Amino acid sequence: MTLPPILAALKKHKAGVTLITLQIALTLAIVCNAVFIIGQRIDRIERPSGINENNLFLITQSWVGAPSGDDQGSVDKLDAMQQTDIATLRNLPDVESAIAINTLPLLNSTWSGGIGLKPDQQSSTAQAAFYFGTEEMIPALGLKLVGGRNFTRSDVNHMGFRGHNRPPIVIVTKALADKLFPKGDALGKTIYVDRDAPSTIIGIVERMQVPSPDSWANDWFWNSVLIPTRLDAGFARYAVRAKPGRLDAAMREAPKALFASNPMRVIETGDNFEDTSVHSFADIRAHAYRADRGMAILMGVICLILLCVTGAGIVGLTSFWVGQRRKQIGIRRALGATQHDILRYFQTENLMIAGVGVVMGALLAVGLNLWMMKQFSMDRMSLLYVLVGIVSLLVLGQGAVFAPALRASRVSPVEATRSV
Amino acid sequence: MFGYYLDLALRSLKRHKALTALMILTIGFGVAASMTTWSVFRAVSGDPIPWKSSKLYVPQIDAWGPAVQKNNPDPDKGPPDALTHGDAVALMRDHRGKLQSAMYMISPSIVPAVPGEHPLNTLGHAVFSEFFPMVDVPFKYGSGWSAADDEHRAQVAVISSKINRKVFGGGDSVGKTINIDGRDYRVVGVMDEWNPQPRFYDVVNTGGFLQQDEGVLLPFNTAIAAGMSNDGNTNCYESPKETGFVGLQHSSCIWNEYMVELDSASAAQDFKAYLEGFARERHPGWTPNVRLRGLMAWLDHEHVVPPDTRISLYVALGLLLVCLVNTAGLLLAKFLRRSSEIGVRRALGASRREIYTQFLVEAGMVGLAGGVLGLVLTGFGIASVGWVLPRDIAALARLDVTLFLTTLAVAIVATMLAGLYPTMRAAAVQPAWQLKSN
Repeated sequence: MTLPPILAALKKHKAGVTLITLQIALTLAIVCNAVFIIGQRIDRIERPSGINENNLFLITQSWVGAPSGDDQGSVDKLDAMQQTDIATLRNLPDVESAIAINTLPLLNSTWSGGIGLKPDQQSSTAQAAFYFGTEEMIPALGLKLVGGRNFTRSDVNHMGFRGHNRPPIVIVTKALADKLFPKGDALGKTIYVDRDAPSTIIGIVERMQVPSPDSWANDWFWNSVLIPTRLDAGFARYAVRAKPGRLDAAMREAPKALFASNPMRVIETGDNFEDTSVHSFADIRAHAYRADRGMAILMGVICLILLCVTGAGIVGLTSFWVGQRRKQIGIRRALGATQHDILRYFQTENLMIAGVGVVMGALLAVGLNLWMMKQFSMDRMSLLYVLVGIVSLLVLGQGAVFAPALRASRVSPVEATRSV
Repeated sequence: MFGYYLDLALRSLKRHKALTALMILTIGFGVAASMTTWSVFRAVSGDPIPWKSSKLYVPQIDAWGPAVQKNNPDPDKGPPDALTHGDAVALMRDHRGKLQSAMYMISPSIVPAVPGEHPLNTLGHAVFSEFFPMVDVPFKYGSGWSAADDEHRAQVAVISSKINRKVFGGGDSVGKTINIDGRDYRVVGVMDEWNPQPRFYDVVNTGGFLQQDEGVLLPFNTAIAAGMSNDGNTNCYESPKETGFVGLQHSSCIWNEYMVELDSASAAQDFKAYLEGFARERHPGWTPNVRLRGLMAWLDHEHVVPPDTRISLYVALGLLLVCLVNTAGLLLAKFLRRSSEIGVRRALGASRREIYTQFLVEAGMVGLAGGVLGLVLTGFGIASVGWVLPRDIAALARLDVTLFLTTLAVAIVATMLAGLYPTMRAAAVQPAWQLKSN
């Protein structure tokens, strides 16, 4: 099959060909970018938190008329209340472990600060999130210590929410250790937390995600600092692990037990995530990535509609062209063209149209990505997406054109003798 | 004649059922996708207080200086988006606007009067008395408190209808006593249902959209005196020198929001000038870096419309464009195939204009059918956005008369636009040519 006859035929349908080319180009551009967005969201959602999430749940509660926590006496009182609650939770038959902690990965409630290598360093070396807890934090959350040691009971102090007496030692995540000390010798080094607190790194955990799943924390997503301090405030968070298979029961029993020990507190069960006090970690994860999951689904639906519309458009348009050219097809058949030749003709024609379309589309896709990078600070799209998109659209075109082309190939040579 | 064209269009559409169905489906899906995303976009980008937004302003003052600004990723090097407590209180003391209020977010617990009921948490703000007339808080019973109450740190509170129902079982509770964070307050007002979206007076702490309503409003000075701590963001350049809530009040940490009502553009200019003088006096270490943004500009600056919402809208509009190109291609093929019919009609005396009308009517009918399908699909779309989008935003998307009419109009206009070129080509058919070739 030579191309000139196809080109000559296409020239007769300039407008139609232009429209379908344009459609293929636009489809490719949008689908590439949408699939790129889906890919990015899935990458985000699949980041491991670093903690053992099984059977884990979190209670966020506050005491009514609690001491202010501003003077030592009231801090001690709050600390005693917290210890009582932890004991109450540990005594429950379905509970394996319970600790007090200021926040958890994916919970969004973030306490973060700058980490410097020198005192009074103007701009910090790394941003990091802080987790305040005791020596039980690492075993209870299932964190993996990859260097140094865990805190001991005597390392742990307690202070008010706005207190200043932070202990002089910390444990950091490997990501943060590598960022601060790229040579890998972070253990034993001193870092400055929030510009003023010198702290020695005594241990390194493999991984612990920061609490915020949002994009503002994207650059320091694995940078966490574990601080051996029980924070005392009018509210407290308890991370509780239920015994295997007993999560629901433990989540039901825990608030009851806490109320029984002290009714002057708020533990809510509302309709929204925000006004509910007891969450399984699975819920926390689902809530954190709800928007990302939704965006991925939305983009997926739009891609699906786009590909269907474009596929159906090619079917419709080619069917029309086949109908219009029945006589010419008949003549070609009468002059000796085989059915296979006719089929190939339409397949090649589509390949040419789609070929021009995908080249335009590839340029458009990259342009669109550049625009989105500027407008929405999105990442650069890998060209792999464009390549896969090109192949998919060419395959879609060939698939869509197949049925009408097959119909064309079945046109009998007798048609040549009939008038339209 | 119009009736005749309708009849012709119907016949033509019936002749190619599959193709007609394809066009209608294409338009329907394209319109539904863009209308669903638009309904969400419209909900989040709307003006929360249209009758007054042009008079409300948010002042910003750089309390940290150029050393911190060096690390500011914002190319504009604008001041932070909240105020230090000291600046907020000093602005209030100067009282240069028509109405104004410093505020901070609180999350106190409330103990119901009914014995045996568990305490509940609520979300609210500590504000000044002028907050109520400034943002037009609607009242069911009673009213806000007075300037004298601000002055004297009166133990008064304004509560939401929801809290009123939960604590007092509803009804006019003005004058009753409510226990907030272990202290007694006298209820002076019960708000009517009020849940503005975005929560324009404090987008810094709410991110704009909240399902929880404003449960309780307390006098700013009273809340500070009671040591009711801030539940919103606290942003510190350096740790407070003193401990506790008092330490936070004396620190350079920013955690107070501020809004001011100014009657005219010239009043806004005056206020901006005052703000510069104010900054020069309070932060003498550097040249004043202040902003005074109107409410809508402020919402835009704070990126209240989530980028995802915008991206979804653009992608859906792209889909609509592809659908239109697709429809144009199909209509073109369809119309040109009827060249001989057009030839006959033209030869029998139909003018170009009449051919135009005939084919545009046909395109319009496809558009109408696509629009009706689009409406149904938009209904499904809006019903299922809650499944896809964050709940606080999804809850705002609604199918109302405007959306209903817009959907139909977009479908019809878009399809007729798509049909314009095919129609032009159809009308350009030379009658003689067509008759000869037959």
